[in-house]
Amino acid sequence: MGRKVLLDKAHIEGIRYYDVYRKNGGYAAVEKALKMAPGDVVEEVKKSGLRGRGGAGFPTGMKWSFLAKPEGVPRYLVCNADESEPGTFKDRYLMEFLPHLLIEGLIVASWALGSNRTYIYIRGEYAWIVDILEQAIAEANQAGFLGKNILGTGFDCQIYVQRGAGAYICGEETALIESLEGKRGNPRIKPPFPAIKGLYDCPTVVNNVETLAAVVPIMNLGGEEYAKIGVGKSTGTKLISACGNINKPGVYEIDMTQSVEEFIFSDEYCGGIANGKRLKACIPGGSSVPILPANLLLKTAKGEQRMMTYESLADGGFPTGSMMGSGGFIVLDEDQCVVRHTLSLARFYRHESCGQCSPCREGTGWMEKILTKLEYGKGQMSDIDLLWDIQRKIEGNTICPLGDAAAWPVAAAIRHFRDEFEWHVTHPEEAQV
Amino acid sequence: MVFSEDKLQKVQEIIARYPEGKQKSALIPVLHLAQEANNGWLSPEVMDYVAGLLSIKPIEVYEVATFYSMYNMKLIGKYLFEVCQTGPCMLRGSDDIIAYIKEKLAIGVGETTTDGMFTLKTVECLGACGYAPMMQMGKFYKEHLTREKVDQIIEECRSNAALNN
Ligand SMILES: NC(=O)C1=CN([C@@H]2O[C@H](COP(=O)(O)OP(=O)(O)OC[C@H]3O[C@@H](n4cnc5c(N)ncnc54)[C@H](O)[C@@H]3O)[C@@H](O)[C@H]2O)C=CC1
Ligand SMILES: Cc1cc2nc3c(=O)[nH]c(=O)nc-3n(C[C@H](O)[C@H](O)[C@H](O)COP(=O)(O)O)c2cc1C
Ligand code: SF4
Ligand code: FES
Repeated sequence: MGRKVLLDKAHIEGIRYYDVYRKNGGYAAVEKALKMAPGDVVEEVKKSGLRGRGGAGFPTGMKWSFLAKPEGVPRYLVCNADESEPGTFKDRYLMEFLPHLLIEGLIVASWALGSNRTYIYIRGEYAWIVDILEQAIAEANQAGFLGKNILGTGFDCQIYVQRGAGAYICGEETALIESLEGKRGNPRIKPPFPAIKGLYDCPTVVNNVETLAAVVPIMNLGGEEYAKIGVGKSTGTKLISACGNINKPGVYEIDMTQSVEEFIFSDEYCGGIANGKRLKACIPGGSSVPILPANLLLKTAKGEQRMMTYESLADGGFPTGSMMGSGGFIVLDEDQCVVRHTLSLARFYRHESCGQCSPCREGTGWMEKILTKLEYGKGQMSDIDLLWDIQRKIEGNTICPLGDAAAWPVAAAIRHFRDEFEWHVTHPEEAQV
Repeated sequence: MVFSEDKLQKVQEIIARYPEGKQKSALIPVLHLAQEANNGWLSPEVMDYVAGLLSIKPIEVYEVATFYSMYNMKLIGKYLFEVCQTGPCMLRGSDDIIAYIKEKLAIGVGETTTDGMFTLKTVECLGACGYAPMMQMGKFYKEHLTREKVDQIIEECRSNAALNN
């Protein structure tokens, strides 16, 4: 059994409410942190080795220490709860069942960074979770953990929940900031990073929900102890949201000591492939990361067991590996058609492109069109090469990584399942009409 | 449409969340309020009203309202079914659910039944992939959909509507 430090209390009845949360050790991290100098809290987070759980895996302590501190200018902390990457539903689980864990992490982080107004930007569709969070915030206010002069330290902090309105791109941190300013979600060019110029052009840290929740066990255990959980540079625990053709879809906390095989087949996690079918392929880190066929998923190209760590999932680079990404683990059984699934993802990215850069705006549309032709038996062999060519021309040529995110799944599907694309060309009458 | 006293109060509360002079940040939440108050859609008049409330130009409201998929630019049915069609839901049979709703309500995607009761939309991943297939109906999610469950939901909507009339 892997160690749990985030969801270990999720089963306690009523843990969603302040009283129960507090009785079970809640808000001890705030009490501890507010006795420390903000810089020392940042040091603890650095020691923990925590890496951003939103997908990019950037070291959190380092990001916090990059925050500019010009005199007389406010600084902001923004929690990224936009969670829109297909396959990802872990932040929802955390907020729905353990809202105080997030609020507690946010208070500690606000103290460490000096943010007096902290925002949670949540995807608009999670409307009922807004109520849960607002209730938790009200309870924390009542208990004196938020508001003015928190615990007599002179520190004022308020947390506000901002609902989005349906746009995947608003999960990208600079688009999120634009949206929070009441504008369209068009990403900004980085650098400058938000740490220098973010919300209202002030220094801003944007962190994922899970990252901020992890600050609580880091404070409670101490950074060094936290760093002992996990393997190598994959410290701590990671939430994985598993879906697709498995017996037990859901959210699991792993301490990254598990192999991919154990994660898929053991009863503690996914419980094997549904309906007694065989494993065909898997996208291990949300729709943007490369799909892997079963053989490369379970073992790396070198023939080693593939583990559920940042390093092992990425082993081999794009030719034979994938990525941890957002932890959205999508499993395909032997009956699934990779062309059809790739088309569905391509449509997603076309729909979500903000339209600012031509390679992404035009390229995502082209990819969807060509994939539609292929899927419905109207394609030619040259279309497969054309598709490859388009994805290559998008990658690396756009303002934000949505372009890459649209290109990579297509590239990986062709790389590993070219025969299926060719089959659609050679069997037009059998390809679905 | 104009906001009730309650809603105007709420608008002030929302504006107070942001620093002085940054009331434009309130636009997205206030558009949600406006859409609720206007039978689920945003007409040009409603958008102009919101612009006035926040002292911004109408164009600033239009460009935002048309960018985000949750704002409806035309009148919709009393009940809006937004069925997810992205990869993970597709793996669990969302195509069949969409086809079934179309057949049962005799409408296409983006259409409203002639009695103005139901509108069907397809949407992209709603963060419920582990509970697929699924759809959003108003504020809540309906998950683990089957044909039977769809029947049941439609039945419930019809009887609720009858009760409220
Ligand atoms: N959770 C979800 O639903 C989704 C997650 N993603 C993930 O997002 C990732 C891409 O995110 P990006 O923010 O574009 O990655 P990035 O690598 O540009 O940045 C990661 C974080 O580190 C910070 N950072 C990096 N270098 C910095 C520096 N020199 N100074 C200060 N701060 C610095 C950035 O501000 C950001 O907060 C992808 O890898 C993908 O997995 C993508 C789509 C959806
Ligand atoms: C298209 C796109 C969508 C993204 N969506 C999300 C998201 O929904 N949630 C999230 O936490 N990060 C998302 N990110 C990553 C953020 O830009 C940023 O890296 C993250 O919020 C930083 O937090 P972390 O360091 O705690 O991971 C997205 C990035 C891109 C390019
Ligand atoms: S890559 Fe796509 S989503 Fe990102 S800024 Fe360019 S057009 Fe917009
Ligand atoms: S794919 Fe349907 S909810 Fe994620």
